[in-house]
Amino acid sequence: MISFLARRAILALLVLITVLTISFALTRLSGDVAVSMAGPAASQEDVETIRKAYGLDRPLPIQFANWVIGAASGDLGRSYLYHAPVAELIKARLPITLTLGLTGLCIALLTAIPLGILAAMNEGSVLDRAIMMIAVIGQAMPSFWLGLTLIIVLGLRLQWLPISGVDTWDGYILPGIVLAFSAIPALMRLTRSGMVDALASDYIRTARAKGLSRASIVLRHALRNAAMPVVAVAAVQLGFMLGGSIVIEAVFSLNGVGYLAWESIAKNDFPVVQSVVLFLSTIYIVLTLLADLLNAVLDPRLRTA
Amino acid sequence: MTLRRFFALFGLLIVGTVLIVAVLAPWITPHDPFAQNLDGRMAVPFWMDGSVVGHPLGTDQLGRDYLSRLIYGARISMIIGVSVVICSGLIGTTLGVIGGFFGGRVDAVVMFIITCRLAIPLILIALTVVSFVGSSFTVVILTLGLLLWERFAVVARTTTMQVRTLDYVAAAQAAGCSKFHILLREVLPNIAHHLVVVATLEMALAILLEAALSFLGLGVPSPLPSWGLMISEAKDFMYFSPWVIMIPGVALFVLILGINLLGDGLRDWLGATRDA
Amino acid sequence: MPEPLLEVSGLRVRFGKNVDAVRGINISVQKGETHCLVGESGCGKSVSALAVMGLLAKGATRSADRLSFGGQDLLALSERQFSKLRGDRMAMIFQEPMTSLNPAFTVGSQMAEVLQRHRGVSRGEGLERAAALLAKVGITNPGLRLGQFPHQLSGGLRQRVMIAMALMCDPELLIADEPTTALDVTVQAQILRLLMGLQAELGLAILLITHDLGVVARMAHRVSVMYAGEVVESATAEALFAAPTHPYTNGLLRCVPVPGVIKRGDPLGSIPGTVPRIAPGYAGCAFRDRCDHADASCNAHVATQQIGTDHAYRCRLSADWVQAA
Repeated sequence: MISFLARRAILALLVLITVLTISFALTRLSGDVAVSMAGPAASQEDVETIRKAYGLDRPLPIQFANWVIGAASGDLGRSYLYHAPVAELIKARLPITLTLGLTGLCIALLTAIPLGILAAMNEGSVLDRAIMMIAVIGQAMPSFWLGLTLIIVLGLRLQWLPISGVDTWDGYILPGIVLAFSAIPALMRLTRSGMVDALASDYIRTARAKGLSRASIVLRHALRNAAMPVVAVAAVQLGFMLGGSIVIEAVFSLNGVGYLAWESIAKNDFPVVQSVVLFLSTIYIVLTLLADLLNAVLDPRLRTA
Repeated sequence: MTLRRFFALFGLLIVGTVLIVAVLAPWITPHDPFAQNLDGRMAVPFWMDGSVVGHPLGTDQLGRDYLSRLIYGARISMIIGVSVVICSGLIGTTLGVIGGFFGGRVDAVVMFIITCRLAIPLILIALTVVSFVGSSFTVVILTLGLLLWERFAVVARTTTMQVRTLDYVAAAQAAGCSKFHILLREVLPNIAHHLVVVATLEMALAILLEAALSFLGLGVPSPLPSWGLMISEAKDFMYFSPWVIMIPGVALFVLILGINLLGDGLRDWLGATRDA
Repeated sequence: MPEPLLEVSGLRVRFGKNVDAVRGINISVQKGETHCLVGESGCGKSVSALAVMGLLAKGATRSADRLSFGGQDLLALSERQFSKLRGDRMAMIFQEPMTSLNPAFTVGSQMAEVLQRHRGVSRGEGLERAAALLAKVGITNPGLRLGQFPHQLSGGLRQRVMIAMALMCDPELLIADEPTTALDVTVQAQILRLLMGLQAELGLAILLITHDLGVVARMAHRVSVMYAGEVVESATAEALFAAPTHPYTNGLLRCVPVPGVIKRGDPLGSIPGTVPRIAPGYAGCAFRDRCDHADASCNAHVATQQIGTDHAYRCRLSADWVQAA
């Protein structure tokens, strides 16, 4: 068990280093960063000044090493646009993105799990088909368009919810719903197939033979086993959701990490872009590690093996 | 006819229609999709009062005919979808088949590459690359093609592992066929049906991502009528004229729905798995 | 004869629309006796047991003329009322000890919840009773086992746990569906001895489903032989082994070395062919294709014949003729 986790951790570290190298290479090899930072109106001198100021005149491997060493000690460099440490910029905006991601995940789980259970309990029925149709429709909905549509319908026509910003808690509801939509189909399918397998298993027959109540059979005995893969995928989905929040934040004008990234990309603020990539990859990798860990906790066969 | 068959045929109908419209775009559009007419801006579509004859879906903020732009948008979506799938399919299948066939260390390396790809924040990297290289149609296709291969790789890898142990592959190996020959002639044809299903899913994803990139201003460059870009350009007007985002949005939704329904139908028909 | 504890008459189970798995069987189990339901796999014996317990899977439909347990009409019970009976007054153990316990919960919690459900006791009391029963079924160190998960136990131990779990509420009837089939031979013997001991001690009625005539010979007071969804012969164990009358029973007995019944040196026989799949509307004897004595009259409906009061068989042949043959 411990050695399994240690191996997973080493693998995660390797993945992180690779991703960092790739993202670093992409930002450097796809053009002269100093030129694009300086803008079209800049003189050759300005470009050289920027090159010096950001250490872009040094060889690439050294730039990379410096950046990685800095990042490991919490120094992500300075934003060219905001003239502030990148770490602080991200830290200031992190609460919004995290709240959004967790709101989305909660909405997704609270929708997908009950619907998946309901579909599995009525496998093959009209209800099952109708619920799975929701998954197909949800998958086909472009999130930015869904966001704009909800803004028009719920925010403007019905005026139920605020349409942009998160000055109050209910500002998170609309973007949360839109973000949840991206995760609901996968989670729902997984819950359904897990529950279908569990409900057809021998131990559920035993539970019925013991005369347990329907609620206990479905929600305790079957769900507990079906939930293991769902938990793992939910953690991974949260990673995808944080990465995808860039679109949602743009639609709802939320000043989170995604918005920061979008802005920085558009303005060639490469220290910020690199750091956000690093940040999102790290979160994703940590979440997958966490999913493995959670699985081990939930599945006694893994825990005590 | 079962409900599943009906949905699959419905999907085929949608995809077929969009494909025909996309191919025939230059001949069936009523207007030049790029021709601006600043006097005739924001004309309403036919189902609303005050619509203009000749512009059944109205005009946009620059007076361009919305139907013509929508039809050319179908062209962009289909080209993006097909080219990205070809590109990512080649990468993913090659990686997956190699990993699944050779196993051992080779497979470990392939798995590592897949894991790394999954850890890269997709939209962020795509935006970054497009932004640095400069937005163009080709750049969007290549960027997405280089990023969206992981499901091909995963499915190709697992199905190759299953096929590898089958008799005819073993027989070909025993007969001394070259590895390349076995992969191309014995393995690939027997996992192709799984890959076709993945291709539909990836095509839908590629079209959605292109729309999202264009919506964020870092996809297909203006004035090309990408559906995502149309929504982006129209969103300042959506409060008073919601149809400007509804029309391209519904088009996008219907196309993706059609591709997914077709994919589900193909999966049932070919007996393939959705996820490996 | 006193009122039987379990009385089943005219029980039918149909899968979907095209397969008749059980075709109007009658079984009765007296208090404290072991009734063995014996037959090849696919003959409908497990399905019959599941039907009696109300545990049929989706897609299977049950009907019966009479289904009574301890004087209570089971057919009249709602699913909710029936579930109050299961695990309490009637319990069941299964063939697959490896998969019949929930992998996600400890042995103790799975056992305790039976008592919690039916007696409304606390978890602590449930665990106490569970520990006592684990000891009774011959498990050493019950305290340790209570906290363990099923995957940490061997097959034999798991079946003991299943038996102990079935006994949590002191049931009157235990239905055991091939309880020893998946186990090693030595463990099989231990489990059978355990069941016999428990029956003597607790006065348990057991409906034992098995394909193993050796098990029948050791355990049964009464035997019903099933073939293709029908009971083809039913008698006390003594009478059945002494004078098997249905050709199928005869064939079965020739296949297995039953101690004391088949003498050393007798050649072992076999019945060629397999159990046919029976669709609705099937007429005549289902065994006729495999029977040495079949003729055209076997295509028509076959009535049940009685030998004395307690031995019945379903064949056109007379008992004297078969036993002489």
